[in-house]
Amino acid sequence: MAKLQGLLFGLATLVLVVVATFLFTKDWLPPLKSDRIAIDHALAITLVVTGLVFIVTNLLLAWFGYRYQDGPGARAAYWHDSPRLEMTWTLVTAAILAIFLFNALNLWAKVNSRPPADAVLIEVTGQQFAWNVRYPGKDGVLGKTDHLQASQDNPIGLVKDDPAAKDDLLLLNQLYLPKDRPVRVQVRSMDVIHSFFLPNFRVKQDAMPGMTIDIWFTPKETGDFEIACAEHCGLGHYRMRGQVHVVPAADLDKAVAEAAQ
Amino acid sequence: MATEILDARAPGLVPTTERTGGPTGRGPVGRGDDGGGPNATFDPAQFGLWAFLGTVSMLFIGFTSAYIVRRTGIDWRPLPLPRLLWWNTAALLLSSIALEVARRRRAALDLRGLRLGLGATALLASLFVAGQFQAWRLLRALGFFLSSNPHSSFFYMLSGVHLFHLGGGLVWFALVLYRLRGPRYAPTAGGRTLSLFATYWHFLGLLWVYVLVLIFVF
Amino acid sequence: MAHTEAHAAEAQAHDHAPQAFIWKYVFSKDHKVIGIQYYVTAMLMALIAGLLAMLIRIQLAWPEVNWGLIGKLLPAGFQGGAGQPYVMNPEFYAMLFTMHGTIMVFFVLSTAPVSGFGNLLIPLQVGARDMAFPFLNGLSFWTFLCGCVTILTSFFVGAGAAAGGWTSYPPLSALRGAVPGSQIGQTFWIIAMVFFIASFTMGGLNFVTTIINLRTKGLSLLRMPLTMWSMFLVAILGLLAFPALTGASLMLLLDRHFGTSFFLPTGLVVNNAPMVGVNGQFVHQGGSPLLWQHLFWFLGHPEVYILMLPALGFTSDILTTFCRKALFGYKAMVGAMIAISGLSFIVWGHHMFVSGMNPHLAMAFAVGTILIAVPSAVKVFNWLATLWQSRIQYKTPMLWAMGVVSLFISGGLSGVWLGQSAPDIQLHDTFFVVAHFHLIMAGAALFGVFGATAMWFPKMFGRLMNDTLGKWHFWFTFVTYYGTFFPMHYIGLAGHMRRVYDPYQYEYLKGLQPLNQFMTISALILGASQILFFVNFFWSAFKGEKATENPWNANGLEWTTSSPPPHGNWPGAIPEVHRWPYEYSNPGAPKDFVMQHEPPMAVESGH
Repeated sequence: MAKLQGLLFGLATLVLVVVATFLFTKDWLPPLKSDRIAIDHALAITLVVTGLVFIVTNLLLAWFGYRYQDGPGARAAYWHDSPRLEMTWTLVTAAILAIFLFNALNLWAKVNSRPPADAVLIEVTGQQFAWNVRYPGKDGVLGKTDHLQASQDNPIGLVKDDPAAKDDLLLLNQLYLPKDRPVRVQVRSMDVIHSFFLPNFRVKQDAMPGMTIDIWFTPKETGDFEIACAEHCGLGHYRMRGQVHVVPAADLDKAVAEAAQ
Repeated sequence: MATEILDARAPGLVPTTERTGGPTGRGPVGRGDDGGGPNATFDPAQFGLWAFLGTVSMLFIGFTSAYIVRRTGIDWRPLPLPRLLWWNTAALLLSSIALEVARRRRAALDLRGLRLGLGATALLASLFVAGQFQAWRLLRALGFFLSSNPHSSFFYMLSGVHLFHLGGGLVWFALVLYRLRGPRYAPTAGGRTLSLFATYWHFLGLLWVYVLVLIFVF
Repeated sequence: MAHTEAHAAEAQAHDHAPQAFIWKYVFSKDHKVIGIQYYVTAMLMALIAGLLAMLIRIQLAWPEVNWGLIGKLLPAGFQGGAGQPYVMNPEFYAMLFTMHGTIMVFFVLSTAPVSGFGNLLIPLQVGARDMAFPFLNGLSFWTFLCGCVTILTSFFVGAGAAAGGWTSYPPLSALRGAVPGSQIGQTFWIIAMVFFIASFTMGGLNFVTTIINLRTKGLSLLRMPLTMWSMFLVAILGLLAFPALTGASLMLLLDRHFGTSFFLPTGLVVNNAPMVGVNGQFVHQGGSPLLWQHLFWFLGHPEVYILMLPALGFTSDILTTFCRKALFGYKAMVGAMIAISGLSFIVWGHHMFVSGMNPHLAMAFAVGTILIAVPSAVKVFNWLATLWQSRIQYKTPMLWAMGVVSLFISGGLSGVWLGQSAPDIQLHDTFFVVAHFHLIMAGAALFGVFGATAMWFPKMFGRLMNDTLGKWHFWFTFVTYYGTFFPMHYIGLAGHMRRVYDPYQYEYLKGLQPLNQFMTISALILGASQILFFVNFFWSAFKGEKATENPWNANGLEWTTSSPPPHGNWPGAIPEVHRWPYEYSNPGAPKDFVMQHEPPMAVESGH
């Protein structure tokens, strides 16, 4: 039992490695319903590479922790510098990370690229504690808003006199999206910071008061999914839940019109 | 009038076996690092003060970055510069000069010169403080309050924070005067503390000029 | 010769008449007393913040539970009674996570390792009688205590404690109507932070001045223990980074109480009512909530390294002592710590990838963030190389140091996931982030504190902690710590957001309740296990086995004087240093360790 602690540490580390690895092989991400598969790929590659590092370093830690325990006749080596070793592991690490970085930056550029011209325009305005969704209607133009005109009946301060606003369609906590057509969402907020999170679409954009922030993506499968708020916004943050309905692109206008009644 | 004999050791060098206190208290001052480093005769209090000035500078750098970002807003309406501020600035800078004179007079063992210099510093500092409050009053009379517009917000805030640090400096000044009171006073403590205080005071003067330039020239 | 006499004379001159209890133990200027004061206060704050965490975990596991007695004892936080089950209020939940984070980050984990062990160890490890500014040091503790009192009092004022998250993002934290905690509670938060920052600044001045100016003869910077390097770097980080939060806090205060608009944009509509003044114009105009985030995280990121670096320093010192082997790659380890510290200033935007900031700026931050993984990895490799072909003696401190390495690997790797800006879109503000920082920052810091406590307990109280109890404490903590925080990676990937009072309002999160329950049970056991530590700490302080000068056969200067050291640290002259502190198992030396102050040998290591 003299070497119990080392054995325990080695075993505990092994258990960690096995359990962690096993659980990481499970499918935790919400099923992907958008074109942002590159994000899932990036996550998968990251899992593999960091997973390998995790396994190897922990196995070394476990083994060294057990193998090199003190005992009769044990001697520690007197070796404390190797510039070559330092160089090697520094450069290898840097090289692997550089590859990650390169891919990450490319992906980021794609995600932040300009939306295609045929993207469906939608505005989502968060407030405590609901999602106001607005469609521009037939004219394709979102009417002006003026927050001075906001009220109980007009939560986003729509300027009713603006001709472009007349055909705007307003929904509460319901978002209709077209399958296989790009969608451009303008994310806004009336009060505090919220965050427009579509877990199935790999979409998350903070809703900043005073700003209108553009994002775009393409839904790829029909179905009903959820909107979550991903930035603490007050007492109702936990129930700032909305629903996303992805419908065939041809049916979008009809679905929105029906829902707006 | 006979000049009092003051200690001729210049401020900055610390004798190795003597325990002297900085402006904040009496503490043992070690030998420093003969074998390993270059700091054998570097005064810890001076080093600490410079570190503190670094921190205060970072505070104003933070404010500066906020100001620069805000300055580009479309709703920017400039604040009029009360001319009084130029007089205040002159008073503060002159007080620094008076303080330098006082410091050098002390080193030259001239008690009378020291006293005159310190008196002038105190007077000019008071003029600055009074002038700042008056400048605020003038702006309020013109309808510019803390919340009136971003320019006024930054002006009041930055001049206020500067004045707060200057207030701390005035407390220190009072301590310095206390240390240097009387016809016969602890020379090395007085000399070192006066030099340290002078560094801080000059910094406050430069900082004020920086604030003025940032708010009104930039 | 004259040199030693001068030192002895100085030491004698330092002796004075016996001090009254209040000057010796209460308003002390002795760095050892101050260090212990900081340490004990921080541990008590940890108890409180830990209890808050238990409440959070119970709520997440069983939102529908009847809180019973707890609900009865805390009527402000719960609704119920008179035949109705007690249910937690959402505003209370918001206060819980806000205050848990605030207290832990600032009042526990910036304090115990830095102000606690920094104060205790710096003069001892650099060979000085005390810190450079003892009066300022004492003042810094009492200022810190004012901060503690302020933050704890905030629970009992007005509508309760701040509830905008420890990050206090405006407009939520700036608008008094946005959440109850943003009434007077948030103001108390600001005041507490000002006290804390003032205290930390005073400490930082002491740290850098003492380390630069008061090292004993022969102790060059590259002969200092890594603990000293960590304290030095942490002090610099604090001095340069905290002012951003000071400035931001002032601006937040002005926005809250004086109608300014530093962080508040035009057009705020709260509860469907535009926030207009008597003139029909918006009260606040033109401010930027993003500005707060930039300023906050400019501090916030170096801050998390302030929490972590001392643990890395402790780990190197503890590992080498208990595996009887020289630290591998001393210069690389120092370089890595300097690189981490420097890089920590240019990565803050990785907290803001989805905030709406300029995407090009975000790219720049991603670069720095990924880069910082390099020196971090280097440290892990050097520790592994140190352990290789060593001779490990598993005393309690060693277990904690190994735990730090383990947590640093786990927590550090998840940083690579988060630092890539696009995958972060899915992971930001989920429990994946919570897993990351609890493992690498909180975990490393906590394990570092526990290891340092076991290691340097002799220098605090002149006794040894009970090693058996210490080991039990380690094992319970190690296992349940991972049990509590590792599964958060999975629920984060599944999209479980942070700071939600009841996650099961969402269909897609309902299936995660069992995992949340598992983590809560782990957390409760983790919390309860800390009783082992408190019992060990207080019992050993009074009744523990008395410690000799150097019970671990370690090399640092702190082990050349009695346990605990006398006032003035060495009764005679301060030792001079002739080597680095990692001279273990040198085959040419008579024993398996050569202390720093021992006379030069025929052949030295070159350090």
